[in-house]
Amino acid sequence: MVSLALVGACDRMRGQKGGDEGTSGGDTILVGEFGSFTGSEATFGQSTHNGIMLALKEINAAGGVKGKKIEVKWLDDAGKTQEAGLAVTRLITENHVVAVLGEVASSLSLAGGRVAQQKGIPMISPSSTNPDVTDLGDMIFRVCFIDPFQGYVGAKFARETLKAQKAAILYDQAQAYSQGLREEFKKAFLKLGGEVVTEQAFSGGDSDFSAQLTTIRDAKPDVIYLPGYYTDVGNTVLQARKLGMTQPFLGGDGWDSAQLAKIAGSAIEGSYYSNHYSHEDTRPAVQNFVKKYKAEFNAVPDGLAALGYDSMVILADAMKRAASLGGKDLAKAISETKDFPAVTGIITIDEHRNPHKPAVVVMMKNGTPTYVTTIDPPTYATTINPPK
Amino acid sequence: MTKLLQTLVDGISVGSLYALIALGYTMVYGILSFINFAHSDVFMLGAWISLALSQALGWADVAPPAWAIAVVLPAAMVLCAVIGFTIERLAYRPLRAAPRLNVLITAIGVSLLLENSGALPFLFGTQPQSMPRLIADRPLATIAGVNINVVDVVVVVVAVTLMTLLQWLVFGTKLGRAMRAVSFSDKIAALMGVNVNLVISFTFVVGSALAAAAGLLYAMKYPGIKQPADASWVLLGLKAFCAAVVGGIGNVRGAMLGGLLIGLVELFGAAYVSTTLRDAYVFLVLIAVLLGRPSGILGRAVVEKV
Amino acid sequence: MARPIDIADATRRLAPSLAASIPRSILPLAVGLGLSILAQLFVPAVGDFYYTLLINIGINVILAVSLNIVNGLTGQFSIGHAGFMLVGGYVAGIITYYGSYAIFGNTQVIDQFLGPGEWLFVGGSVAGGLAAAACGYLVGLPSLRLRGDYLAIVTLGFGEIVRVLFQLTTPVLKGDDLATAPLSKKLVALGGAQGFGAIPRYTTLFWVLAFVTLSLIVAIRLKRSTYGRAFLAIRENEIAAEAMGVNTTQTKVRAFVLSAFFAGIAGSLFAHQLSTNLNPRELGFQKSFDVVIMVVLGGMGSVSGAVVAAVLLTILPELLREVSEYRMIAYALLLIIMMILRPQGIFGVKEVWELFRGRDRRRGS
Repeated sequence: MVSLALVGACDRMRGQKGGDEGTSGGDTILVGEFGSFTGSEATFGQSTHNGIMLALKEINAAGGVKGKKIEVKWLDDAGKTQEAGLAVTRLITENHVVAVLGEVASSLSLAGGRVAQQKGIPMISPSSTNPDVTDLGDMIFRVCFIDPFQGYVGAKFARETLKAQKAAILYDQAQAYSQGLREEFKKAFLKLGGEVVTEQAFSGGDSDFSAQLTTIRDAKPDVIYLPGYYTDVGNTVLQARKLGMTQPFLGGDGWDSAQLAKIAGSAIEGSYYSNHYSHEDTRPAVQNFVKKYKAEFNAVPDGLAALGYDSMVILADAMKRAASLGGKDLAKAISETKDFPAVTGIITIDEHRNPHKPAVVVMMKNGTPTYVTTIDPPTYATTINPPK
Repeated sequence: MTKLLQTLVDGISVGSLYALIALGYTMVYGILSFINFAHSDVFMLGAWISLALSQALGWADVAPPAWAIAVVLPAAMVLCAVIGFTIERLAYRPLRAAPRLNVLITAIGVSLLLENSGALPFLFGTQPQSMPRLIADRPLATIAGVNINVVDVVVVVVAVTLMTLLQWLVFGTKLGRAMRAVSFSDKIAALMGVNVNLVISFTFVVGSALAAAAGLLYAMKYPGIKQPADASWVLLGLKAFCAAVVGGIGNVRGAMLGGLLIGLVELFGAAYVSTTLRDAYVFLVLIAVLLGRPSGILGRAVVEKV
Repeated sequence: MARPIDIADATRRLAPSLAASIPRSILPLAVGLGLSILAQLFVPAVGDFYYTLLINIGINVILAVSLNIVNGLTGQFSIGHAGFMLVGGYVAGIITYYGSYAIFGNTQVIDQFLGPGEWLFVGGSVAGGLAAAACGYLVGLPSLRLRGDYLAIVTLGFGEIVRVLFQLTTPVLKGDDLATAPLSKKLVALGGAQGFGAIPRYTTLFWVLAFVTLSLIVAIRLKRSTYGRAFLAIRENEIAAEAMGVNTTQTKVRAFVLSAFFAGIAGSLFAHQLSTNLNPRELGFQKSFDVVIMVVLGGMGSVSGAVVAAVLLTILPELLREVSEYRMIAYALLLIIMMILRPQGIFGVKEVWELFRGRDRRRGS
């Protein structure tokens, strides 16, 4: 008891010594970012961070917002929800950020989002696709599409373009993202009159999929839905081809990375995935982004980097439009984002604080994703989140 | 029938990898009586060092020559052997007399150190990468509808060769006899003139080299290499450790058998029972063996004299 | 010169029975609860960050102190502690989630202090603890046949199996499903990999510190009682203890059960904290290792050592968070150096106050 009290006192003293400047009062605007820079999710956190930093550089070079430069304070959460919640608390109460950016994994966004919602500070998640995240409250937004929509896109493409009658699903049971997409794809595919012949699971981190693939092979599907991250997809597809499977694979935005083609080589040729944007898109926003990213980081940006970039530019845009940088005003400005030309699509934030934007489906041809088609979310949006 | 054979082939291939890693665990446990948690990270480093070497030698973009693997394999083994030696010298030797839980903590510390150092931007970074194909990836033969791939054959051949070499080393040389003596009792071995420190260092060196080989073989079989701090490396190491225990910890032949067994159990369980419980099978088998025959399949029960 | 025998001191050190312990515990309990109330009243004014940090510290203290019972006092090698947290967290979550729905018709209501919702949480935590204790019993049973490292692997395996099982659960029920779903479906709808985040967040600093007080009192009383003596005897030499009449299996199982109980409570506190999202991945072997490190660093067998280590190792990542990539490396190096330089941990098996007492006595004689 005594030790705890002592510790409490020490903490108090420590806090008053350091501290950060840069609230909206000074001449910089402080934005918080929480992400996984260490631990198993580090790939995703790093990509997202790169996108955010690139956007930051551009925004500040163009003069900042309302004459002030933006500064991003980022904290690592090591992929743990306890640290994510604590990091967001720290950003808000100790660093006095006006908004928070983060995270990729839905459970981390939920933990951080709950804190942000309670404190009345707006948060934009670049890539959490679980619908629950924005349901936390009116302070929480996202710039990526949600699982129900993406699952629908996959199913619609499989049924209507690939004319597939039977589908097999191979999903990562350890990732909420993959589980979510599996549920939604299955629902939509069945609704569209298709048949799911088998569902097989792997655990993210597995490298050997031969057992699952053999079972899938025996079930003779027309297409295989593989909503995983590119880190696993590469190995999976390679093994599938070795087993003599020729069906096309269909995936989600987790596939988007330059590493995919490198790992999978020719095995991934002729497979498809739904994504936020296509590298071939001639829109200046996309081309500029890809060019600048390559120059800055010497690598081709993946989907997460693009979303990180978009979360920052949309936040900056909202800051310009907001009456003040207070929580409520800023959140209102974000919710009023309309037809914003982001990298990952023309974004309008809908009444559930999700972006109303189309998805593209791309096909892997000669090692690069080539554009196939766009699928819009017109009437579907209202059926995704039934009012509670 | 095809499925059975396919699963068998895959199980043997995966099992050989587990066996190679398990050997490192079992040798260290036999000599020092502690679980070297950092071993899975040496395995990880073996994979990444192979990748880095292959890229440095320019084989990421150009098709590598046939002798490529003959260069990368020994190089990776030597480098990891050095790493293993250094770890033992700096982190474990000072704790020779300490309680085992403390050495375990140190091992965990070393494991964290290796993982996070590997993930530093100037080393291997946090992005997964693709392993250059040192061996052409094509099917060698098709028997009864089952594809047997060149890579699988190479994995099994190299693994078996290394294990045979180890077998000869441990049972056919003087140094091997010293190793066995130290694992029986280090104090008595010292009294009989064995340089215990040398033997222990040598054990780590050999174990690490084998882990490096396993790393390279793993990278060839599964070219998508996950980032150093990914939890999957530790999980693989844990499964290999279970293999060592199942076979009889401290027993070299036991580790080989255990590795094979665990590989087969995992693959058959995933294929015929359910894929969702894949990780659990290994631990369930482990618990079953520990409850039924704690000394493992090939181990001998040690009677503790009071 | 030989130390004179202090009769009074020797009598004082006679292990008290359980009955004698209870009246002696009332004062510390009251003091602890009083401090908890004060903390709850005044800390939020300092800042939410410190409030949350103190909650995290409190939870880690409960974990470290509970693991100390098994690893420290009894000398067993348990590295699956997080599995008990998972069990406790999910069981308590089920009670608060469905209970809130049953009482309020809404799962997100946070009731007023000491209202029925609050008691649902406390009761749920205790139930979670009991469920975890039952698991502790199962894990402790193999200790009849297994020693040392083998038992360690079984505990590790248990932790992993629990993690995998919770990962397989179905998505959380919402809206109409909550009312219509059968019980069997309700019990399995725990969110899978995403976790059970929809539960009402009742954890406050007061409850955390209250449970910390409880665990500390139990741990210290335990150590000083006949049970504690039995634990220590097994730790020192199991065969000798058996020869002296200690029922080693029963005692070891007892240690596991008690330790698991508090870990389950800690799990419930963790799950109901505002800033977390209970999910299986986070409470896997890495979390178990974190707790083991706290126990070993603090000194195996020392309750106050476990507390100090828990506090330090919760604050340290915060201090180092700025230098993220190097944070884990610094942490790892710290571990290794600590183990090499002071392997018995900070306090060894002694408590903080015992260190001073020894010095005084030497000076006095």
